[in-house]
Amino acid sequence: MSRQSNRTTDSKKMNSELFTLTYGALVTQLCKDYENDEEVNKQLDKMGYNIGVRLIEDFLARSTIGRCQDFRETADVIAKVAFKMYLGITPSVTNWSPAGDEFSLILENNPLADFVELPDNHNTLIYSNLLCGVLRGALEMVQMAVDVKFAQDTLRGDNVTEIRMKFIKRIEENLPAGEE
Amino acid sequence: MADEAPFQFLHSELIQYIYKSADTEDTENGRNISKLENLGCRVGQGLIERLTKDAPRFKDELDIMKFICKDFWTCLFKKQIDNLRTNHQGIYVLQDSQFRLLSHLSAGKQYLDYAPKYLAFTCGLVRGALSNLGLRSVVTAEISDMPACKFQVLIQKM
Repeated sequence: MSRQSNRTTDSKKMNSELFTLTYGALVTQLCKDYENDEEVNKQLDKMGYNIGVRLIEDFLARSTIGRCQDFRETADVIAKVAFKMYLGITPSVTNWSPAGDEFSLILENNPLADFVELPDNHNTLIYSNLLCGVLRGALEMVQMAVDVKFAQDTLRGDNVTEIRMKFIKRIEENLPAGEE
Repeated sequence: MADEAPFQFLHSELIQYIYKSADTEDTENGRNISKLENLGCRVGQGLIERLTKDAPRFKDELDIMKFICKDFWTCLFKKQIDNLRTNHQGIYVLQDSQFRLLSHLSAGKQYLDYAPKYLAFTCGLVRGALSNLGLRSVVTAEISDMPACKFQVLIQKM
């Protein structure tokens, strides 16, 4: 029995490694399938979007968070609740634009890129681009059109990982055709 | 990470992607399955390396299989394998009566045809884990009654 007790590992941490490694396998596969990094970035964003539009339902159902009043509140919810819940980290929210329609998420450690080193021939690959898609997709489902992109990435030699988010517009609820 | 939802969604995106990137549907099915399996294999290798970092040496084959059923499965799916059978000649059947990756599919027979592709990645995980523990194996899965499924591990003697 003592042998068993030696082997117990933190299952939460392991589960995150499963996610990280699976993501790594996906990116590797994409790099094999596509010629250039641009295409890989695009594909990652698209897959992220697909995840985001479904993840938002899980999030709203479990977090009991209602409609956000403004973009600042949205930023807080994303950083403090959503990132915490799904990735176990809390990015800091900084660099607000004067108009309050743009901010940055600073990720101290990016769980997607835990064991990653980019080879030299992939210097335009945005490794964690899936996250942008997820954020965009999820916010679109709550009537917010947002532009999301990586401004800095430690994988590419920057000091921090920064996701820049810009509010574009509120999406009006569409009435079905023929109904006024 | 506090949550398994991201992994579940990522897993289904992965399946979507592999299936969409194939040219034709029917003939490619086998190849897609093995592509998914190979991806899983690589991930399994990485995971087992991290998981057994501080573990003592295993006694024998059965000991390894027990480890897969208990610790490895708990790490992946937060539960143990429900039933492990073996003929003591290199065949092991691992039964999970509530397989996580099938949990969001209907429990009836409706999606039975789609289920195999949700298992391929996990087969690979097991094969990869075993290979890094020094066992060459073939892992297949079958679904009798959703969401229960059986993984058959055939250890190849070297």
